[in-house]
Amino acid sequence: MNAKSDVVKDRRHPLKAARGLGSAKSGVDHWWVQRVTAAALVALGIWFVILVLGLLHADYAAARAAVARPWNALLLIAFVLTMFWHAVLGLQVVVEDYVHTRWKEVLLLVAIKFLAVLGALASVLAVLRIALTP
Amino acid sequence: MADMQRPLSPHIQVYRWQVQMVSSILHRATGIALSVGSLVVVGGLLALAAGEEQFGCFKTVAGNPLGLVLLFGWSWSLFYHLCNGIRHLLQDAGAGYEIVQFVRSSWLSATGSIVLTVLVWAYVLMAGGAA
Repeated sequence: MNAKSDVVKDRRHPLKAARGLGSAKSGVDHWWVQRVTAAALVALGIWFVILVLGLLHADYAAARAAVARPWNALLLIAFVLTMFWHAVLGLQVVVEDYVHTRWKEVLLLVAIKFLAVLGALASVLAVLRIALTP
Repeated sequence: MADMQRPLSPHIQVYRWQVQMVSSILHRATGIALSVGSLVVVGGLLALAAGEEQFGCFKTVAGNPLGLVLLFGWSWSLFYHLCNGIRHLLQDAGAGYEIVQFVRSSWLSATGSIVLTVLVWAYVLMAGGAA
């Protein structure tokens, strides 16, 4: 009797709560975003190296003009944002693997996120300043 | 802490060194190095936005011997992480899981990264030196 009423209480299968989320409760989101940013960085990284090599002997005005070009400014912002996003995800795994004291782990994870957001915002601001100042 | 009492899985000191494990360790190490290097990209962009004097200062710092050694290290890190990253993306797609293929692709990432690094610095030298 008792056992039967327990079963009837919730008709949803327990799998409903677990499916797609796993033991970490965040699903494959981290894994997937790491791969998508990686794929983007293959293209953006190669492009960035070529851009820098092209600027080897550029003077200040030429370097500024190159960064100010619309496509370059756009791709630079995309590169910097993707790079920091990818770096945060990667460093997060490293910290989770090797830092075994919980408070140090959380402190480091938050510090890395703060630093990455600051770095990304500073870069975007710098590119915009260069691109939008005549 | 209670956390620390749990047994840990065997770590690198109990395994015989092999290329697959070196390629994995290097992927992490270069990833960490590149994260630090990303700050140089930020510095360069900020200097370029700030003005000619500041950008000159950035170029001087980047172009001194220690700066060049670091740039060389970061360039190899970038190319290794790039080559091995592509290898990992292919493996994520399910390709290259035979042990022989795994070993071969490990060597391919390492060789590819060295070739790309040499090519880039050869170009820098031929173009008349860095910075």
